[in-house]
Amino acid sequence: MKPASNIAETAKRSDVRRRWLLSAPALITIFLAAIGPLLVVLMFSFMVKGDYGDVKYWQFSTNGWISVLFERDPIDDTLGIATANFTILWRSIKLSLITTIITLLLGFPTAYFIATRPNKNRDIWLLLITIPFWTNLLIRTFGIQDVIRNEGLLNILLMKLGLISQPIQMLFTDGAVLLGLTYVYFPLMVLPIYSSLEKLDFRLVEAGYDLYATRFKVLWNIVLPLSKPGIVAGVILVFIPSIGAYVTPRVLGGGKNMMLGNLIEQQFGQARDWPFGSALSISLLAIVTLALLVYVKNVSRSGGSHGH
Amino acid sequence: MVKSQTAAVDVRGLSKHFGEGDTKVIALNNVSIVIGENEFFTLLGPSGCGKTTLLRMIAGFDFQNEGEILLYGENIANLPPYKRPINTVFQNYALFPHMSVSQNIGFGLKMLGKPKPEITARVSEMLKLVQMEELKDRKVSQISGGQQQRVALARALAPRPKVLLLDEPLSALDYKLRKEMQIELKRLQNETGITFIFVTHDQEEALTMSDRIAVMSKGNVLQIGNPREIYDRPADRFVASFIGESNFIVCKVEKKAKGFASANLPDGTSLTVECPVGFELPQPATIAIRPEHAFISEKLGKNQLAATIKNIVFLGTDTHVHTQLSDGTAFVVRQQNVIGEKPLQIGQNVGIRIADGAARILKD
Repeated sequence: MKPASNIAETAKRSDVRRRWLLSAPALITIFLAAIGPLLVVLMFSFMVKGDYGDVKYWQFSTNGWISVLFERDPIDDTLGIATANFTILWRSIKLSLITTIITLLLGFPTAYFIATRPNKNRDIWLLLITIPFWTNLLIRTFGIQDVIRNEGLLNILLMKLGLISQPIQMLFTDGAVLLGLTYVYFPLMVLPIYSSLEKLDFRLVEAGYDLYATRFKVLWNIVLPLSKPGIVAGVILVFIPSIGAYVTPRVLGGGKNMMLGNLIEQQFGQARDWPFGSALSISLLAIVTLALLVYVKNVSRSGGSHGH
Repeated sequence: MVKSQTAAVDVRGLSKHFGEGDTKVIALNNVSIVIGENEFFTLLGPSGCGKTTLLRMIAGFDFQNEGEILLYGENIANLPPYKRPINTVFQNYALFPHMSVSQNIGFGLKMLGKPKPEITARVSEMLKLVQMEELKDRKVSQISGGQQQRVALARALAPRPKVLLLDEPLSALDYKLRKEMQIELKRLQNETGITFIFVTHDQEEALTMSDRIAVMSKGNVLQIGNPREIYDRPADRFVASFIGESNFIVCKVEKKAKGFASANLPDGTSLTVECPVGFELPQPATIAIRPEHAFISEKLGKNQLAATIKNIVFLGTDTHVHTQLSDGTAFVVRQQNVIGEKPLQIGQNVGIRIADGAARILKD
């Protein structure tokens, strides 16, 4: 018995080792690509800022984190609440929430439309949805800028039509940022909802009509609950990148209508305050994680899970 | 044949085609059917015969190009499905996967805006009717196919529809369960007193359960009648071959005494066949004989068909004897198996006696 159990033991050990070896590439990639850089950022946020950017290594300081919440009065050196930061944070949350809602309201009917087309036509519609992705984001954003600026297409058109006498200030407003974000993230809402709706058995819709449900009731009681996984995915895919958006608020919001992404960039650029920038980044990460936890928990509680 | 004089469903001149021009496909061709209250009515036919299209039009999922559908005298042909007091049991059941058994059954009542206590009471009544009380809180994905079938039935019956449509509801079940459900369906129809319109391609199912059957082919209704009529007096060759099995012999016929004709077979034998007065005799005519109405005798007797045994297929209670007549026509005899019988041999020459009144002239 003893040799046999020894062999089994050895086999088990080599089995475990092989499993670790086989999963090593994935584990190393995850560490190097995801967790490692985050740890670096976390460490930077607790260091002393360097004079020309960078940080003074291994010198502990909480100044970065203090700057997130408070600002030092330049004259009497007292700490006050950093209202500017909170304004930017609030604008980021507000704009990304509204973006999420608008893309959902526009994206769901779009996805439904595509999912109810004949099979052979669906690919064409999906292609049309993804075409904007083929062009660089920056170029597309400047495109929007060109349309809505004071001497842009839209204002000229409105003036020619006699609807307005003076150009409307559209560029460098929250509305412009919202337009840009909605435009950019629209496909990220449509695609996951489409993939959910595509799997929907439309005989269930007929069963709903048969059981006295009107069109709206079928949508509310059958189609929406069954496409929930896609809606959840779409909301997450739109909300996360838009709260940290950088290019869109920079180009369309100008200097005044900053979002968190711009504030962070400023610290690593002009302000040369890497610890503060790092602390802001970690804060953003925390906010997003928290929002997701609350959201997913609420979604999974209401309506229950799906059978398949 | 109709249990009651009231027409529950009156389909009048219903036509439906898909596509236009060269690609035009006629799904229903001027179909008229009157279905009585409390009747178990079956639409029977091969796939593509239009039976499902007709059912979907009664439900309101498809709309006719011509004709009308009356429900207790009221034309419902242009109403959306949610305004028709008709419910459907779907072929794949189409249960809502995100709801429990109870929620599925209560869905129709909820959509009708019934008060909660009423829904709860009706749902438990339905659960009892289909014997699913213990599984009421299960997800529909957690119950078996037979149980899903019961839930689908309960869901469709819960809002007390005036007519229940059943679209091949038993086709997904295995043989034994299907037999059980056939009896179950018949019981439910008796207990609820609701008019059932049942769609199937399975002739045995149709014969077992129906009060009346409409046999359909290529968008047309070929014959309507009770199972016995359809089986014993098929209207044409299609019905005779689709319902049960038939042997067909082409021969000359001549009118004899009132109501009868004589069929003169190629080998010289002649059979007396029923021939309704005023029936125009086709020449040559096709006559049909059911395999169980023919008998094998080892010696060729008077007025028997001479045949050679080509194959013998054992079926349990019965045996199918495949023979060939002297003119080459294939002829099958169905024989009950009896203990101690001297077995027949392939290649043996035998006589076939046809039971009196078994042969029928068909419209071709």
